[in-house]
Amino acid sequence: MSQQAQQTQIKRTVKRLSLIVIGMSAFAFALVPLYDLFCEITGLNGKTGGPYIYEEASVEPDRSRLVKVNFLTNTNEGMPWQFWPGKGAVRVHPGEAKTVSFFVKNTTSKPMVAQAIPSLVPISATEFFHKTECFCFEQQLLQPGEEVEMPMRFIVGRELPKNVGSINLSYALFDITDRVDMSTIQGNLVEDQLSTVGG
Amino acid sequence: MSEVIHADHHDDHAHGPEKGLKRWLFTTNHKDIGTLYLWFSFAMFLIGGVLALVIRAELFQPGLQFVQPEFFNQMTTNHGLIMVFGAIMPAFVGLANWLIPMQVGAPDMALPRMNNLSFWILPFAFGMMISTLFMEGGGPNFGWTFYAPLSTTYAPPSVTYFIFAVHLMGASSIMGSINIIATILNMRAPGMTLMKMPMFVWTWLITAYLLIAVMPVLAGAVTMMLFDIHFNTSFFNAAGGGDPVMFQHIFWFFGHPEVYIMILPAFGIVSHIIPAFARKRLFGYTSMVYAVASIAFLSFIVWAHHMFTVGMPLAGQLFFMYSTMLIAVPTGVKVFNWISTMWRGSMTFETPMLFAIAFVVLFTMGGFSGLMLAITPVDYQYHDTYFVVAHFHYVLVPGALFSIIAAVYFWFPKWTGKMYDETLGKIHFWLSFVGVNVTFFPQHFSGLAGMPRRIPDYPLQFADFNMISSVGAFIFGLSQVFFLYVIIKSIRSGQPAEGRSWEGAKGLEWTLPSPAPYHSFTHPPVVKDEEVLG
Repeated sequence: MSQQAQQTQIKRTVKRLSLIVIGMSAFAFALVPLYDLFCEITGLNGKTGGPYIYEEASVEPDRSRLVKVNFLTNTNEGMPWQFWPGKGAVRVHPGEAKTVSFFVKNTTSKPMVAQAIPSLVPISATEFFHKTECFCFEQQLLQPGEEVEMPMRFIVGRELPKNVGSINLSYALFDITDRVDMSTIQGNLVEDQLSTVGG
Repeated sequence: MSEVIHADHHDDHAHGPEKGLKRWLFTTNHKDIGTLYLWFSFAMFLIGGVLALVIRAELFQPGLQFVQPEFFNQMTTNHGLIMVFGAIMPAFVGLANWLIPMQVGAPDMALPRMNNLSFWILPFAFGMMISTLFMEGGGPNFGWTFYAPLSTTYAPPSVTYFIFAVHLMGASSIMGSINIIATILNMRAPGMTLMKMPMFVWTWLITAYLLIAVMPVLAGAVTMMLFDIHFNTSFFNAAGGGDPVMFQHIFWFFGHPEVYIMILPAFGIVSHIIPAFARKRLFGYTSMVYAVASIAFLSFIVWAHHMFTVGMPLAGQLFFMYSTMLIAVPTGVKVFNWISTMWRGSMTFETPMLFAIAFVVLFTMGGFSGLMLAITPVDYQYHDTYFVVAHFHYVLVPGALFSIIAAVYFWFPKWTGKMYDETLGKIHFWLSFVGVNVTFFPQHFSGLAGMPRRIPDYPLQFADFNMISSVGAFIFGLSQVFFLYVIIKSIRSGQPAEGRSWEGAKGLEWTLPSPAPYHSFTHPPVVKDEEVLG
């Protein structure tokens, strides 16, 4: 092979390999949405879905089964708020809508914004745990010393696997004050919170 | 006749090595760059070894003796990072630089200037990473796997240096790999078909593809860390909708192929040494090539076996368990082929052969403990214990590292034109062999009994095993200083070596005189059948 022809071939190889490198760099970032999609389909990371649209009349509760739902709350490291469930656990029939309350209190002397992140075990129950209303769909802005009651309305789907007798739903509360622009959210969030929570 | 005269005339004008420091700074010669890589990796190996000895000194007895837990964490983290990215990987790239052009009959690497760049990036990368140990707040302390949020929210301020160091290492590896693939695919001597290539060349070809596939993913992972730390994104932060578990998936999507990046070239080296000292052809050459290719493919679909305990559906656990166990099949093919190569061979046991045989035996043991870890239900017990430490050190130290040492002894005469001292080589082997087993074998037991890894203190029940382990570590560490002595002594006063330094050695590199001339195969050689490995 002549020197020239070899150089051309080397250039072609390098170009192709560079395309692989670029492609794999893009793939690394594509893994983020792919992971979210995968978790949404499988319920893999225990994150429950967004608001569930539900018509009361269409579902007949399964009176033959009772499922225990345990509620756990914790605040992330460095988050000074108090956060506790109204009841530690409730028993529900699959298909039956239930409303429970959670409470938060801003124990500091400055306004703060918080976000609750759900996590559910067993993973096999994740896709059957529906929430029609949840404080975790929004962010909470609390004034110094303010305490609010936050409702959460949920339905355990009738299709819940037979071997699941109890479900643990955990909420971790994160301080996101630094992440939100206070001036833009102040108005609607406060109103939103006050109107839903009622004080 | 006139052509011969012309060739001689041309050689007189060929550039020999420059004198002094400039030779090494500006060199584009594959042999010089190979030498630079090898010495650099040896320096990193000694630094990483010192960190390991700090760990073993602290663990000699229960309680805190020498270092504080914060510093201990930096030692485990940097030991791992330096050994993986600074010692093992550059050593293999150095061997590739020295050997691949000679083994395929090419005059040099395909892209000699890029070759220079990919080496000279490395001292800066590691200089930057190691300098963080002396900064306020300390260096990386989150384990070599740098799981978020340890490496983001809770990281020391110096983490940005670490991130850019990893970027540089990645860039160096990617450039090196592109160079190696371009050389192998385009510059083989006429007649050297793919299935006649030496095994070291084959394994490096596949390794280089693994590197360009996963190094960008590693770069992506550290870039996401950088964004989370400095630009308020939430890739790995649950509060902003991210997920720390995703970090582990992305990391191990890189990390598992990385494990094979560190062992496939070792398979290649051993496939040269065992036939040479058994004086037989390599048994099952074709199956060896396909086994390496299958291991490389499987490495992409087993990553989650590193993270069985994060919570995963049963189907996922079963998939990753079975796909992991499947790797034992091609690996078994390779081990049996090496044994069959030795079977009824006229074996002699020079130092490279001793290291190669120890590789086969001890790597197989590391493989078996890997199979135990692959069993999901028991992995819940073994996860993050010293059993894991014992497992991966068995595949990396008497695995990857022994193969590199074997390669150094095996090709030493070709590189330097001198023979090493056989007696000293054998002493080095036996010290290393005893040292490595005394260090790591007891860790299986402490791990099975539940001793967690990366912790500077432990309950009294683990005291004996840890003391034995520490004694072994110091034997092993000092025997590598002895290795340095053997090498320097042999370079200075070794006996002159023949072109074909080993009776049974095959391959184009052995048709060259020893030491190999600065410019070799400027005209492509004829590939004769008796020089083909398989």
